[in-house]
Amino acid sequence: MTKPIALEPPAVVRATAPHRRRWLPFDRWHLFLFPFALVMLFPMLWMLVTSIETISEARRFPPVMIPEGIHWQNYPNALKRGAFGTYFLNTFFVTMTVVVGNLVFCSLAGYAFARVKFFGREVVFMLMLATLMIPYQVTIIPEFLIVKWLGTHISPQIGIDSLGALIVPGIVQVFGIFLLRQFFRTLPVELEEAARIDGASRLGVLFKIVLPLSLPALATLAALTFLWTWNDFLWPLIAIMSPEHYTIQLGLMNFQTAHTTSWTLLMAANVMSMIPLLIVFLAAQKYFIQSVATSGLKG
Amino acid sequence: MSDVTFHGVTKVFPGPTVAVDDLSITAEDGEFLILVGPSGCGKTTALRMVAGLEKPTSGSISIGGQDITDLSPRERDIAMVFQNYALYPHMTVYKNLAFGLKQRKTPKDEIDRRVRDASGMLGLDDLLKRKPGQLSGGQRQRVAMGRALVREPKAFLLDEPLSNLDAKLRVQVRADLKQLHRRLGITTVYVTHDQVEAMTLGDRIAVMSNGRLQQLGVPQDIYDHPANMFVAAFIGSPAMNMLRGVAREGRVTAGDLDVPEVGVPDGDVVLGIRPEAVRPAGDGLPSFEFEVQVVEPLGDEVIVRGAVTGQLAEVETGEEHAELLPQLPGSRAVITARFDPEVRLSPGMRMRLGVHPDRVHVFDARTGEAVR
Repeated sequence: MTKPIALEPPAVVRATAPHRRRWLPFDRWHLFLFPFALVMLFPMLWMLVTSIETISEARRFPPVMIPEGIHWQNYPNALKRGAFGTYFLNTFFVTMTVVVGNLVFCSLAGYAFARVKFFGREVVFMLMLATLMIPYQVTIIPEFLIVKWLGTHISPQIGIDSLGALIVPGIVQVFGIFLLRQFFRTLPVELEEAARIDGASRLGVLFKIVLPLSLPALATLAALTFLWTWNDFLWPLIAIMSPEHYTIQLGLMNFQTAHTTSWTLLMAANVMSMIPLLIVFLAAQKYFIQSVATSGLKG
Repeated sequence: MSDVTFHGVTKVFPGPTVAVDDLSITAEDGEFLILVGPSGCGKTTALRMVAGLEKPTSGSISIGGQDITDLSPRERDIAMVFQNYALYPHMTVYKNLAFGLKQRKTPKDEIDRRVRDASGMLGLDDLLKRKPGQLSGGQRQRVAMGRALVREPKAFLLDEPLSNLDAKLRVQVRADLKQLHRRLGITTVYVTHDQVEAMTLGDRIAVMSNGRLQQLGVPQDIYDHPANMFVAAFIGSPAMNMLRGVAREGRVTAGDLDVPEVGVPDGDVVLGIRPEAVRPAGDGLPSFEFEVQVVEPLGDEVIVRGAVTGQLAEVETGEEHAELLPQLPGSRAVITARFDPEVRLSPGMRMRLGVHPDRVHVFDARTGEAVR
């Protein structure tokens, strides 16, 4: 039986329309997008400016966008307030563990849902997807109770007020399983069949063929997970009490008290906490826009 | 010994669709066996069952006498070339070739030797560092062959390996394949829907339709003695002309063609006449009137379409029917003839065509089986 298999990605059709006269040095769409970009960028800019202002400049309204001098001192001062090194390491450890966990477990689960035939696969998958529709607020209390139980019955390392409490609930996400499953399904199944005939085991096929071809999806998942975990505030706020287990997001609270906020220091700390995110985004960016690698096939 | 044998293999897909129905054939050790048939005839499913990518619903498959029905693909020691080649896009040509050996824990220098051998044989030496995306269609095809070769398997399985090549390249690769097979002598099962490939490549051909084996034999035999109307219509290009006729008292008549001394039982029959079996009449052969409609000169021969008195018999070969012009009224039928280029013809000409009685195939109109 020869089923017609559409393996060839649709060819990129270059616009062959008559060459329009360009009256702008850029695409006309940019005129429309530019104001939106400004709106999105303004808070960042404000943050950056505030982080190098004096406190009196920062308190003025309307905001001072061009400070009189550059007040770098805010950065070391911010670092001195609270144990920022510890917060940073905590966040880094938690985030990296969650990212790696997601890559491993979502790959395995996603591949099973994409390619392995087992009883109840579709039902289980649907149930799993359905959990995406439950608002987080609904699950906070059960989550807290489960983590508390884990801490008392399994190991205090994963109980409340431990870094484990920040890792365990996020180590595998439905979203990641879904994302990877969808991506795996777009890969030509012949590649996997060829590998199996070549003598690869099921896991061998996953690790040697499927995952190397899924770098765009894996990079997307890694970057998103990094972002969510790094920026998470609510769950750490609930699960962590001791300052030695604080993450950066909790550490930023140091600058805000009931009556005063050290805006300049807060913003300096904020800028520093954003640097890893920027690095991750820049590194993963090329994968976001890279299309599926099916170049080994006909065409 | 590594013959590939199907023992009463049936494959039913949920639906249910019977893709392969009680198939029993053997590709002898070192033989080039072709499975040919229209799409959906079960040939690819049959091949995939040998590879272990599908499990037979019933029956068994053996390679070299060993029952492999329940073995996983990796345990079968076969190599397969896919229609789209399925080269690993993230690996270089070298790594593509070496992958199978690496999975089998072959020593490194042995891998290197075998990869170099295969790449030398297929002219891939300059491409070893490239990735599949940087290769042309023909080069990819050769890499796919190479990946099968280096494994030195018990049997090659090829699934329409030429269908993604352009026509000229296909002819060349076809010849290369045949030569390669002669040199290596490895049992090969080759799936195609192209009857020309089947005729030119196969030691033997298995013609399949609707999951069933229609006929198994050497190419010339199948061409000369098709077992039924399906095989007759499927093998040969242009296809055999099929005219409805009647057999009575040893004679067979169709339209104004009257063939004596055929010696078939009375009843409705279908006459099969290959395009090259007719010639401008003379010599007192049985003949019929032919009105030339279209002349297609090919240089070494001329394909002529024209109308005769009679009625065509439809044979479902699963191939595409595309008729630009409406069918002729019931009493006229369009047939195809093949002449030497010396025969000068022009549309509208009327002539008599003769056919030697020995070259008329007669099929039972009801069962489609050949009666002569």
